[in-house]
Amino acid sequence: MRKSAKLTAMAASLAAVLAVSLVPVSSMAEGAKETIAKGKKLAYNRKLGNCLACHMMDDGVSPGDLGPPLVAMKARFPDPAKLRAQLEDPMAANPNTMMPPFGKHKILTADEIDAVIEYLYTL
Amino acid sequence: MKKTVVAIATLCVVGLSSTVAAKNAADTTPAQDLETYRSYFTKKFPGVPLQEFSNGVYAIDQISRDSWEAIEEFPPYEPFIEEGEELWNTPFANGKGYSDCFKDGPAQRKNYPHWNAERKMVITLPLTINECREANGEKPLKWKKGKLASLLAYMGYESRGQKTNVVIPEGDAGALTAYNEGKSQYFSRRGQLNFACASCHMQSSGMHVRTDILSPGLGHTTGWPVYRSKWGNLGTLHRRFGGCNQQVRAKPFKAQSKEYRNLEYFLTHMSNGIEFNGPSARK
Ligand code: HEC
Ligand code: HEC
Repeated sequence: MRKSAKLTAMAASLAAVLAVSLVPVSSMAEGAKETIAKGKKLAYNRKLGNCLACHMMDDGVSPGDLGPPLVAMKARFPDPAKLRAQLEDPMAANPNTMMPPFGKHKILTADEIDAVIEYLYTL
Repeated sequence: MKKTVVAIATLCVVGLSSTVAAKNAADTTPAQDLETYRSYFTKKFPGVPLQEFSNGVYAIDQISRDSWEAIEEFPPYEPFIEEGEELWNTPFANGKGYSDCFKDGPAQRKNYPHWNAERKMVITLPLTINECREANGEKPLKWKKGKLASLLAYMGYESRGQKTNVVIPEGDAGALTAYNEGKSQYFSRRGQLNFACASCHMQSSGMHVRTDILSPGLGHTTGWPVYRSKWGNLGTLHRRFGGCNQQVRAKPFKAQSKEYRNLEYFLTHMSNGIEFNGPSARK
């Protein structure tokens, strides 16, 4: 009885400590989640990223096949600058590319490209 | 020497950077281009006979071909051929008719487009139809759909089986310039999305943009006018040019503008030897 009361008290204070420390952590996670969701929306939207027109990715329905499947992005693009460059101006790497210059031609804003990159790193 | 010329031709046709195409547009002859363009596709799609390329995407994809063949049982363009025939046979207010302009009848596809040395311009069939009307005191018809498309359907139907044979008259600098302008247009990147015609219809032909399969550019000019389910009616080649420009968020040129007439001149020359088979049905 005394023992369990002590335990309860401990659990309660632990929970309080956890709650305090968890609040900012979880809201940060919420923020990242939101960015990722926004990135995904941009990538799928036909008028915006429309990445699905050419790339198989994630759970996207009826993807095209002009570009390679976008998988294992962290392993394949350890350097975010490289990934960003591919979105900014793919012609720099391949003058004959079929991929549109999302940054250079202002198809997406810098913020939107950030969000798409956040999302890509979950793939 | 000969080898380098061929190499440049290959570069111009396969290389897609606008500067390459523009800089080299005049470096290869129309005959060389025709050879390079045609063999690009016959190599890319081995087993597809040359004539089959007149059927667009249905030449290269069995699944879409199956549903297309079912549609062709009751062709959606048929009523338009009938309307076109009626228009052809209806006299103008002055009592004359189209057969006064086209003396040897409606089967005219094989004669267009062509270079007119006196007028120094590429003459297309729709242009000639409207000039015929205006010469007889009638209002010109709209370029992209409607009555003009129906007339073209009738004339196309009557011309089925004629072979494309667009001539770039030798020694006529104007004709060659018009051809080269059309060629540059075809290989130049354009619009916010930054594609050339050749990006989609050469480099990526046979591949999927979402569920659309990109048709080979060879044979692109034979089957017009086209009934497109997406349009829900019949449209002309220049309507399609405009649509493809808009897809890449480029400002389209006007139907029958110099730009599109020259593009038609180049692109039709690329299909020399392939039979006219319009009108056609497309998704
Ligand atoms: C019209 C076609 C097209 C569209 C739309 C497109 N891409 Fe691409 N993408 C390609 C092609 C083709 C490549 C192959 C490399 C090259 O040619 O640049 C590529 C390559 C890539 C690569 C490099 C992959 C690798 O393994 O090297 C990434 C990352 C990428 N695309 C991301 C995107 C994202 C994100 C979008 C949308 C915001 C997008 N792409 C839209 C055609 C496209
Ligand atoms: C972004 C890709 C893209 C670009 C760039 C593009 N097209 Fe297209 N085009 C398509 C698609 C998709 C279709 C419909 C499917 C098909 O038949 O290929 C099409 C269809 C066509 C057709 C009709 C083919 C048929 O059999 O009915 C013609 C002709 C054509 N395009 C010509 C052009 C020309 C000329 C240009 C340049 C001015 C051009 N296209 C640029 C994507 C493109």
